[in-house]
Amino acid sequence: MTTLLNVEDLVKNFGGLTAVSDVDMHLNDDELVALIGPNGAGKTTLFNLLTGVIVPSSGSITFRSNDGLIPLNGMKTYKIANLGMGRTFQNIRLFKELTVLDNVLIAMTANYKEGFLQSVFRSPKFYKTEARIRQDAIELLKIFGLQDDVDQLAKNLPYGIQRRLEIVRSLAMKPKILFLDEPAAGMNPEETADLTRLIRQVQRDFHITVLLIEHDMSLVMNLASRIYVLDHGSLLAEGTPTEIQQNDAVIKAYLGEEA
Amino acid sequence: MILKANLKYNICWLILMVAGFYLMNALILVGVIDSFLENMVVTIGINIILAVGLNLVIGFAGQFSLGHAGFMAVGAYATAIMISKTPTAGAFYLSIIVGVIVAIIAALIVGFPTLRLRGDYLAIATMGAAEIIRIIINNLKITNGPSGMFNIPQFATWPVVYIMVCVTTIIIVNFIHSRGGRAALAVREDEIAAESMGINVFKWKLAAFVLGAATAAVAGSMQASYLQTIAPSNFNIMESIAILIIVVLGGVGSITGTFVAATILGVVDAALQNFGALRMVIYALVLILIMIFKPSGIMGSKELSFKRLFNRKNKKVGAKS
Amino acid sequence: MTTLFQQLINGLSLGSIYALLALGYTMVYGIIKLINFAHGDIYMLGAFWGYYTINFWHFNFIFALLSAMLVCAVAGVVIEYFAYRPLRHAPRITALITAIGVSYFLENGMSYLYGADTRDFPQVIKQVNFNLWGVRVSNIQILILVTACLLMILLQLIIKKTKMGRAMRAVSVDPDAAELVGININRTISFTFALGSSMAGAAGVLIGLYYNSIDPLMGMTPGIKAFVAAVVGGIGSVPGASLGGFLIGLLETAVQSVGLSAYKDAAVYLVLIIILLVLPSGIFGKNVKEKV
Repeated sequence: MTTLLNVEDLVKNFGGLTAVSDVDMHLNDDELVALIGPNGAGKTTLFNLLTGVIVPSSGSITFRSNDGLIPLNGMKTYKIANLGMGRTFQNIRLFKELTVLDNVLIAMTANYKEGFLQSVFRSPKFYKTEARIRQDAIELLKIFGLQDDVDQLAKNLPYGIQRRLEIVRSLAMKPKILFLDEPAAGMNPEETADLTRLIRQVQRDFHITVLLIEHDMSLVMNLASRIYVLDHGSLLAEGTPTEIQQNDAVIKAYLGEEA
Repeated sequence: MILKANLKYNICWLILMVAGFYLMNALILVGVIDSFLENMVVTIGINIILAVGLNLVIGFAGQFSLGHAGFMAVGAYATAIMISKTPTAGAFYLSIIVGVIVAIIAALIVGFPTLRLRGDYLAIATMGAAEIIRIIINNLKITNGPSGMFNIPQFATWPVVYIMVCVTTIIIVNFIHSRGGRAALAVREDEIAAESMGINVFKWKLAAFVLGAATAAVAGSMQASYLQTIAPSNFNIMESIAILIIVVLGGVGSITGTFVAATILGVVDAALQNFGALRMVIYALVLILIMIFKPSGIMGSKELSFKRLFNRKNKKVGAKS
Repeated sequence: MTTLFQQLINGLSLGSIYALLALGYTMVYGIIKLINFAHGDIYMLGAFWGYYTINFWHFNFIFALLSAMLVCAVAGVVIEYFAYRPLRHAPRITALITAIGVSYFLENGMSYLYGADTRDFPQVIKQVNFNLWGVRVSNIQILILVTACLLMILLQLIIKKTKMGRAMRAVSVDPDAAELVGININRTISFTFALGSSMAGAAGVLIGLYYNSIDPLMGMTPGIKAFVAAVVGGIGSVPGASLGGFLIGLLETAVQSVGLSAYKDAAVYLVLIIILLVLPSGIFGKNVKEKV
């Protein structure tokens, strides 16, 4: 097993407040890892650091690509995304006024080329490219049962489907790592069970690494092979679901208050 | 299969364009369209070129630019200067290209720093940039300063303007429905999500802005050579606002709406020609009332689409069989 | 040295007019996020009101100033009620176009009713020039500066110390929450328009006195400059608008005094762009980052 993403001594300060302090973590090829912790522990901040939405105060993030190790500190968000990191957002950020198909096509932008003259004067090659990527997008949507909603506007979809579309959209980028920020938030138990199956299927069929923030413990314990626990910005524990469930510090800080 | 299906729609559009051309031609021959009406139609055409470009920037890329008249001025003066020196058709067409190139450079210089700003801040910065362009033209010798240029040879007859309207609209509409256009739409919808999907937000903002500026320059060239006289005051803030009004009235994000609004405003303007000072009062009232009763513009974000028309017909046929 | 002080005095006089106008822009923008394009035309109305009352009703300066403020306040409230209120939940660009429509309406309505020609503003106060260590200062310049500063202090007191001022601040932060705690949104917005428009009315009378000439289109350019001033100061911020106004006034006079008067507007816009690039929300504006 090789390490895909390696994080060392990561720190983020907002003014005087330390949101993330000295976090060390790593993600391996083809595994499903969960990141848990109480509200305000810094989980989303950590996500934003890893995906380049915010810049770390210090520490290093390294990504192993086919061309070797690449430091991600300070790299632009879209470049990090194009290295193979897809994500979803805690408070769904679909392109609301666009169709389901367009949402997916947009995520594929970096994966194909269309010259300016080619597109504005509609060369045969343009039509071929369009046909091909549309086919790809529709196939992807089919896997997730969204083929009938292709021409719907994203804002008109039910909440659960919107969450699902967001996952499909990030998969369309052909990511190596997928960051899912509370995918089960606001879902009922039935929808959560559905989602659990979906995430497992994604991870298995697409052979990608998934890092998941989640509050729903049943989902986390079911899915994750490893768990990181974050509290007050620093790592409290790391281990398999069983280890975490038995970890005294975790129980005290996190599970304890729920039990 | 895909090629063939698209060919059908493209032929429909082509027929529409050719029909419009011959209709106009016939009406002029029969004498229905006199020089006053021809002037109205050409003005509408130039406004369409301007407003379609601005709609790309505002309605599709979501960047509130108020500096469109500045880029129009660049094209107008490029053409005026070049064909006043060499009054040949060749120089005229070359001047359009020169105008477009200079406008692209100007748009890069303006857009590169200002497109980092958001919303109204961007609007006010682009407005300022366009004013700077106008003030520079106002103080140059080659542009004949504030009094402007006269007796510019007329190469931009109505057929030339008609063809330019078609060409610029095709370019912009095709851009919108391509990889770049979709990226621009993503930028409009949600910059953070777009960036996280691997889209270079700044690059596509700039691309839309530059393309809009390039078509504005074409409109400027048309205006200079059709009206045969231009002055820096033709390209002030009020001109940028006039273009913005067409875009919003038609519907932000609807090219069809832009055509409809430019036509309505052009006709209203011509019809009120004899009302003197009252003309602008009526115009202002009409504007306020349309906005209050149709806040998202005449067309909203809807478009005329042959594809949809055909699909609707097919569905009906399908339902019968 | 004396020329420097001379330009400083001239710049401050002009700047105080811009500042008074900028206050109206910034307050309205702060509360309903609308660039009130018609604000410059309210200033024109103020100037015309001063012109007529002084000429035909023989008002003195103070009376003309106060009545112009009152009339403009009413005009501002009426415009908000009929043109902007129906669009409060419409796209912001729609409200902007409506404001432009109102601006056209006022400019051309005035031209239609009273003629578009420029007229001389009556010299209700006789100009007296003082010579202070070689610097020429007119009583009108002092009057403008003092009046403008008094009005700005008064405005600041209203916003900071009164109940209505507190309501204005609350609505500008979060209208929904303000409504929940029992603030009457409509009345607060009307009050904001009244305050802003009265400042514009005062500026109109003062500029008439200073430049001696008024016309129906006089509000266009100063209106845009004042808006630029409000943006430079950080739109939504009252001290920012005052500071921005004085800055723009000083800048214009400075560029003019070095013989580049043809480029004075270009200099204003260039400074605007540079300030926005360094401080994307102006000098006193708050830069709100979107939460992910």
